[in-house]
Amino acid sequence: MNVTDDFPLLKNKPLIYLDNAATTQKPAAVINAVRKFYEEECATIHRGLYPLSINATRLYEHARERIAEFIRVPSQHIVFTSGTTDSINLVAQAVPLKKGDEILLTPHEHHANIVPWQEAAKRAGAKVVWCTLKDDLTLDLQDLKKRINKRTKVLAITQVSNVLGIVNPLKEIVAYAKDEGAFVLVDGAQAVPHMQVNVNQLGCDAYVFSGHKMYGPTGIGVLYLKDLSLEPARTGGDMINDVTAEGAEFAKNEPRRFEAGTPNMAGVFGLAACVDYLEKVGMGAIHAQEEKLLRRAWDALGSLPRVQLLGPSPDKERRAGILAFTVKGVAPHDVAEILARDGVCIRAGKHCAHPLHYQLGLAEGTNRASFALYNTDEDVDALVAGVEKVTEVFK
Amino acid sequence: MSDALYRELILEEYKHPKNKGSVENPTSTCTKNNTLCGDKLTITLTVSDGVVTDVKFDGIGCAISLASASLFTEHIKGKAVAEIEQMDEKVILDLLGIELNPMRMKCAVLVLRAVAGALEVK
Ligand SMILES: Cc1ncc(COP(=O)(O)O)c(C=O)c1O
Repeated sequence: MNVTDDFPLLKNKPLIYLDNAATTQKPAAVINAVRKFYEEECATIHRGLYPLSINATRLYEHARERIAEFIRVPSQHIVFTSGTTDSINLVAQAVPLKKGDEILLTPHEHHANIVPWQEAAKRAGAKVVWCTLKDDLTLDLQDLKKRINKRTKVLAITQVSNVLGIVNPLKEIVAYAKDEGAFVLVDGAQAVPHMQVNVNQLGCDAYVFSGHKMYGPTGIGVLYLKDLSLEPARTGGDMINDVTAEGAEFAKNEPRRFEAGTPNMAGVFGLAACVDYLEKVGMGAIHAQEEKLLRRAWDALGSLPRVQLLGPSPDKERRAGILAFTVKGVAPHDVAEILARDGVCIRAGKHCAHPLHYQLGLAEGTNRASFALYNTDEDVDALVAGVEKVTEVFK
Repeated sequence: MSDALYRELILEEYKHPKNKGSVENPTSTCTKNNTLCGDKLTITLTVSDGVVTDVKFDGIGCAISLASASLFTEHIKGKAVAEIEQMDEKVILDLLGIELNPMRMKCAVLVLRAVAGALEVK
């Protein structure tokens, strides 16, 4: 796959960017759509009667349809937010909870899918319950099912771990939790960039992801929400039918019920252009490319004596292009620093997944390389050479 | 293979740190974190007649933060509290003998913050 030319930053800067799980670089198609909005299309939506505003409104609703098609859901259930974190907060504030209710989380969660639930539990007097991992760091499905009971009001689970890259078998899990009557939120932040997602088939109540991790603009995110009658966490303009001195009547059964205030139109248009771009390249091709890179990295890094790779081999379990590892005797920040000096960008730390790291006894953190469609075999080789250099510097 | 940041001195201090552990019956102690990196240092020290007579550090961190902790604890041992309180990041940089970007600066000065914290509560 040769798409480097589609990405201005990568074309202009010789660097090996392997921190794609944090954020991806942007293709010209996205940058141009954002610029076009500001240069040619800028107006508020839903309000003006002049052509510019009518056009912006049309483009905005078209974007909603494009994104809905991309994840296979009806467009009236697509709510635009500022990102995954924002989407989860919106849901965690909307799902009704009372004292004694339980919220089930997994050790694979990013802080974005932990903290809003801990706070919701605190407000309601509900309890956060954690399921466990097996030795290979995949979810223990038996244990997860055992922890789902009549008190379980919410299951919040990630489709792909942002540290381990493990793809969770969601269909089975979601069906089980739904049978028990739980509200199921799926964090798709690390799934949507790496594979074709069919939210309709997953059967969850909410599905959330960020534009900036899937080659789209920053500051734009998506919330798929099945039940549009939930209470909106944010109120104000745009989300009402009418407001009097006494009070407001909120929009019903429409996504704008959850979109108070002037939305991030540039972000929405950029995201729609991003979806067009991804479909042109093909999610299947992207997945295959990342899988190839993951295996190359897995085999080469795995053969270095002091390197420990986290999680199951891609031969055994489904994994997305995310790879966490440690180098014996070297702190993760020193590893990342030495690689950075040779232009290789990887992440060091606990990747907003502190509970997972504490559970694994890795309080110092790990290193993480994560792949995107523009990465090449040479990028993987540079990563491996960098890690070899680390082991030489820290003999 | 060598690297300007990871000079011999730093690697040596990292692998064989001085003053690692904790002082028995310290007069004060302080723990500081570098939450973004995961570095964590605990300083234990003894002050007698306005002088730091013993100081040790314990914790986890990168080569820069641990080398810095080793060098700085060695540097302040036997010095007057009043003198140590005047020390700033320049002292750390001189001890390490390297230049640091702002991210790594946080690692290097963690020991300074922990010592300052310990001296404050003495
Ligand atoms: C799995 C997962 N969930 C949530 C988030 C939070 O995304 P954002 O910071 O875009 O809201 C991230 C990214 O850091 C992630 O990897």
